[in-house]
Amino acid sequence: MSDHHHKETFITKYVFSTDHKMISKQYLVTGIFMGVIGVFMSMLFRLQIAWPDKSFSIIEAFLGHHQDGGVMSPDIYLALVTIHGTIMVFFVLTAGLSGTFSNLLIPLQIGARDMASGFLNMVSYWLFFLSSVIMVCSLFIEAGPASAGWTIYPPLSALPQAIPGSGLGMTLWLISMAIFIASSLLGSLNYIVTVLNLRTVGMKMTRLPLTIWAFFITAIIGVVSFPVLLSAALLLIFDRSFGTSFYLSDIFIQGEVLHYQGGSPVLFEHLFWFLGHPEVYIVILPAMGIVSEIIACNSRKPIFGYRAMIGSIIAIAFLSTIVWGHHMFVSGMNPFLGSVFTFTTLLIAIPSAVKAFNWITTMWKGNIQMNTAMLFSIGFVSTFISGGLTGLVLGDSALDINVHDTYFVVAHFHLVMGVSAIYGMFAGVYHWFPKMYGRMMNKTLGYWHFWITVVAAYGVFFPMHFVGLAGLPRRYYSNTAFPLFDDVADVNIVITLFAILGGAAQLIFLANFFISIYKGKKATQNPWKSNTLEWTTPIEHVHGNWPGEIPAVHRWAYDYSKPGHEDDFVSQITPLNEGEEES
Amino acid sequence: MTALLYVLLAIVVAVAIWQIASILNLKSAIATEKDNNTQGILFAAFGIFFYGLMIFSFVKYSSILLPDSASLEGEKYDTLYFITMLLILVVQAITQFLLFFFAFKYRGIKGRKALFYADSHKLETIWTVVPAVVLAGLVLYGLTVWNDVMDSSDAENPLIIEVYAKQFQWEARYAGADNELGLANVRNIKGINTMGVDMTDKNALDDIPVRELRLPKGRKVIFKFRSQDVLHSAYMPHFRAQMNCVPGMVTEFAFTPSLTTEEMRANEKTITKVEGINKIRAEKGEDAYEFDYLLLCNKICGASHYNMQMKIIVEEEEDFNSWLKDQKTMAQVVQ
Repeated sequence: MSDHHHKETFITKYVFSTDHKMISKQYLVTGIFMGVIGVFMSMLFRLQIAWPDKSFSIIEAFLGHHQDGGVMSPDIYLALVTIHGTIMVFFVLTAGLSGTFSNLLIPLQIGARDMASGFLNMVSYWLFFLSSVIMVCSLFIEAGPASAGWTIYPPLSALPQAIPGSGLGMTLWLISMAIFIASSLLGSLNYIVTVLNLRTVGMKMTRLPLTIWAFFITAIIGVVSFPVLLSAALLLIFDRSFGTSFYLSDIFIQGEVLHYQGGSPVLFEHLFWFLGHPEVYIVILPAMGIVSEIIACNSRKPIFGYRAMIGSIIAIAFLSTIVWGHHMFVSGMNPFLGSVFTFTTLLIAIPSAVKAFNWITTMWKGNIQMNTAMLFSIGFVSTFISGGLTGLVLGDSALDINVHDTYFVVAHFHLVMGVSAIYGMFAGVYHWFPKMYGRMMNKTLGYWHFWITVVAAYGVFFPMHFVGLAGLPRRYYSNTAFPLFDDVADVNIVITLFAILGGAAQLIFLANFFISIYKGKKATQNPWKSNTLEWTTPIEHVHGNWPGEIPAVHRWAYDYSKPGHEDDFVSQITPLNEGEEES
Repeated sequence: MTALLYVLLAIVVAVAIWQIASILNLKSAIATEKDNNTQGILFAAFGIFFYGLMIFSFVKYSSILLPDSASLEGEKYDTLYFITMLLILVVQAITQFLLFFFAFKYRGIKGRKALFYADSHKLETIWTVVPAVVLAGLVLYGLTVWNDVMDSSDAENPLIIEVYAKQFQWEARYAGADNELGLANVRNIKGINTMGVDMTDKNALDDIPVRELRLPKGRKVIFKFRSQDVLHSAYMPHFRAQMNCVPGMVTEFAFTPSLTTEEMRANEKTITKVEGINKIRAEKGEDAYEFDYLLLCNKICGASHYNMQMKIIVEEEEDFNSWLKDQKTMAQVVQ
């Protein structure tokens, strides 16, 4: 491929590029753009939650006819939480995280010239771009965007009579997601094929960095579960537009009996969560891979228990496909099924615990380099543990009964897959920025970004558990209708203040990111003294990654501080010394 | 409060601008030994903040939590919850301590080499087996509670009540003298027959439709849930009870109320909570609040989802029986 010295125009280099490095940057910038929208929405609805009757000029400025005198309407409140969830889960943490780093790192870390199919890779990005455009467009339609929650349970999502967002807004949501799924499948297939077929000489599966293992397994989960969401969405489209009754039955709304008969919303819940639960691992596994790599590199130590780490990734991936029912303990499904899903769900705690202990042990007796990426990785481990542990409450069917759909759940999943995955993404950006742009991000800004974010995130989500334990349901436009929850109002104000602080801190990141692209300090070839292959490529990007031969690999990726070597790192391309044993 | 908000914002913006200016100096981008030292100490400080936040939250916010369970089944729930929480807090305290302590203790020093320590079968076996054993116990205990709560087949003479959900209101129907609910379907909804009860079914005639839920203390209540339009969820947090209401099917949940409304109002935790609430209400010039059990909607169902509620009153069985006797049956209502 490197000998295809075809001339590149602006369009083929920057727009319709088939180079994985450019596509990765496209994913990242699109993901950041969507992230800004998603986070900004959360700021708006946090204002509503903290001060339900108060008028805000910012709400007046942004919400148009969906507000009255600076107070948002209940419908747009539900739309905001719906689109916030959709954007953050799919557009930021799936496409933005996995799309960026799988694309950047798979060819570079396994020693390949590019993805198996550069063309499909390009199509994958542009489908993602198209779906993003449609999702953003849906914000501007008259009746407002989809507002049945990011889980879009029918009948609410099927009947415009039930909520205005279930008209055109929901149609656009479904179209956008269908395209998104196509994009994700093309990407995932490409990742799988590339990892299996294009590894350089000596790059055995057991020598792959954990990043690649994580991306590889993530892609497999995606291929297994995303099509099920697609079929769920298609059946919903049928119910909405062609009068079928897959999910609907016996409905009386606005004085009228509808013709639907024999369907069940519970079917939709099963199909949705068959993707929906693996989806949280699609989000978190790449972050785990990134964090494993960064903790090892910055602790100057081999990752502890490399094989156990791979085993736990595979175990988590397998279990993730048989636990979806824990979202449905009180859906009306047979209680026996609830027992089964409790069992499988709590099993996931075992590989998760192994991972957490292994990261902590990797830091033990290390020589920790406090680069910004490392700070975010430590933050990741912390929030992953904090959020993961409350999974023991929610995954236990008996305990789920009373906290199901309360703010306890919101706090749990934001810590364990929202904040953690975002930390993983930040860690990745700070660590591989020099590889992407040939320049370094500013570390002082990075430190400020980290510390404000980490304090704000715990300030938001730690107290939120108590709001849930007080019994306050999520997705309430306001809790003023219940004197019972009057004492929760103060906590909600604290949470909102921390949320605004955390949101504002992201401006530091944005400034650092975009300024560093142009003004950052020039990077050296291997700034973090890392072992992996991507740091053997030239700083200036070349099509085909290595100007000459692709180097052969002689060892695993984690020979940090290995006795018998002068430096505290040994690149994977360094042949074994005489008599040296491979770790 | 808003002033504080603007102050916080101003601080963040100022810091941002000040730092963006300094970025042009092209300062070193890689952590130096000094950075390692500062950041390591910051992690230690953050560890202290973190424990502080946990302890502060537990002290400050324990008053807003739900009071003791008001059902027999809920008492088992509370014990399981307490044990699980204890376990979580112990693991949380230990692991977070190790994480922040290691970040502090092993912050980088120039010239020091890290320990090359890649594997230990013993350690890994320990932290696979220990969680597995603990979880096995938790699963077994959890499933016993789950089965107790969900299985109401052996209940003696339970009271049967249908709870009916619609945008954005609850209704209910007692099974009446025969303790059997008459058939119903949304296609029968007409005029005053808002729940679509099938009046040709003889079991339906003695059913009693109500807009306020009353429950007898000490008798098992089996709830049958229906919805006429979208998903709703019947959430009765004080009884540790919740079940979705699904259009097209009947779902079920059962519990035995163990404290009357009066008894709950006299409960110590309830008194503290109500006092807290009334202090806030007094500041805002609102009427004093008196505790009542509630049924809330806990599944997003549309614009007024946040205000879909029904009062529940638990009373002694005789009081309940005499109240029920005064209610009109379906036959009387529809006539």
